[in-house]
Amino acid sequence: MSDDAKGSGFSRRSFLRGGAAGALSSGLAAGLLPGDAAAAAAANDADGVPIAGPDPVEVELEVNGAVRRLEVEPRVTLLDGLRDVLDTTGPKKVCDRGTCGACTVLEDGQPIYACSRLLIESAGRSITTVEGLGSPEAMHEVQRAFVENDAQQCGYCTPGFVVATAALLARNPAPGEEEIEAGLGGNFCRCGTYMGIRAVVGGPGHGGGHGGGNVGG
Amino acid sequence: MRPFSYAAPATVEQAVSLLEAEGSEVLAGGTDLLSLLKDDVEQVERLVALRGIEDLSGIDASGGRLRIGSMTTLQELRDHADAMAAEPALGTAIDGVASAQLRAMGTVGGDLLQRPRCWYYRRGFGLLAQGENGRSMVTEGDNRYHAIFPEGDARFVSPSSLAPLLIALEAEATVHGPDGERRVPVEALYRTPRAEGERENTLGPGELLVEVTASVGAARSAVYEVRQRRSLDWPLMAAAVSLYGEGPLVDRARIVLGHAAPTPRLAAAAGDLLAGRELTPERIVEAAEAAVEGARPMSGNRYKIQLATVAVRRALLRAAGMEA
Repeated sequence: MSDDAKGSGFSRRSFLRGGAAGALSSGLAAGLLPGDAAAAAAANDADGVPIAGPDPVEVELEVNGAVRRLEVEPRVTLLDGLRDVLDTTGPKKVCDRGTCGACTVLEDGQPIYACSRLLIESAGRSITTVEGLGSPEAMHEVQRAFVENDAQQCGYCTPGFVVATAALLARNPAPGEEEIEAGLGGNFCRCGTYMGIRAVVGGPGHGGGHGGGNVGG
Repeated sequence: MRPFSYAAPATVEQAVSLLEAEGSEVLAGGTDLLSLLKDDVEQVERLVALRGIEDLSGIDASGGRLRIGSMTTLQELRDHADAMAAEPALGTAIDGVASAQLRAMGTVGGDLLQRPRCWYYRRGFGLLAQGENGRSMVTEGDNRYHAIFPEGDARFVSPSSLAPLLIALEAEATVHGPDGERRVPVEALYRTPRAEGERENTLGPGELLVEVTASVGAARSAVYEVRQRRSLDWPLMAAAVSLYGEGPLVDRARIVLGHAAPTPRLAAAAGDLLAGRELTPERIVEAAEAAVEGARPMSGNRYKIQLATVAVRRALLRAAGMEA
């Protein structure tokens, strides 16, 4: 991919380009500024600030390790872009109001509600969905522990719970009861599989799950 | 969501100039604004995204001063060891924010300037929620979570998790606007709207909250929230207190209620009761009673008066290290 092609949408580079003149050394800024034609719907205002939309604009971000480029209106959420444009349907659309957690993905390692982030805000960042954690053949330890502890019923909340659990354990490999609640309180399971999920996170002694999925160990 | 354009300034000055345009709105963490846009409660022509402005993030906790950039996420602040050591009550306040996802996305500025949760406002009836007959939908309807200190026609409550504590700490807010920068006490960010369409904050057109600063270490502070559920909900009532002075004698005290009034409510008389005296369990009870004096509950929220006294008592006990 040529530099010109790479810089033509809303990537992290175009953010830099927007206000870079003052912030970067003039030599570097000069390398970024000219020649990088903005995409059709992205223009710069008088101050050189990139302004996108309301028509579709090209955005580049990393999804599960692969650089993806897509054209979306600025109003498209990360969740809708992942599901409807990139066909990454692990994150689920349930409440669509930042409450239920079914859409949880990692953005640069942080758990976020994909329904409450504009996709264009994730330009240049790295997104990990449940698909990116592992595959049925090579499961992430959290995914395996969900299976072993029977920590799902209908399964609709599971992708979000798995991602939120992975984020919690990355921060805190051995969370206590209150830390589990603080870490996973942003995800709902209407089937009520919480006991199995506690077992996933806390290992034997937490919840009523069976099997040895002590992912925190 | 209706269509809008999206601007990505890299400097505060650029953001201010973009925000001067009619129909522009700040996008910080987005956790609430996106829901308001989806529900068509708010309409914008252009979002001015602050995420790319480096000057707005960052924390500095040294020399007895704490500076927090407005785009600092709640999680970044929670993870900042020096800031938490300097003012542990900030950690309590952040832990009260609903979920890991909201703490990772939500910003300090967004918490301070978030829109009220009043369900009449959220259903599109406006902040003052006046029905077609001109009467208040709040007083005539379900007001269980509304203000016990209504002001004028405003009966919603200020929902910020950080504002009561920052006000107790006498923190200042730096606001950047078309005419340059101004610094105001955090409490001066808030006002009660007198007419529908007025905002509940004092930022003028083009003005942007840049950072908050506070002296730390001068007071013993604490936050106490009374909650119905432990996760994913707002507190029913919150109190933040700062006790200034060394040892058992309190030079002066700042007591601030959240979720009680349309703005964070500084209970000055309650603080005055403690000034120059030693903190005893009896005086704590007196201060808590003073904090709710003048409350005017509605049909369904009288219970919040009791919660406010509990929150003040427990926050004072916690700040004084007298917690059972």
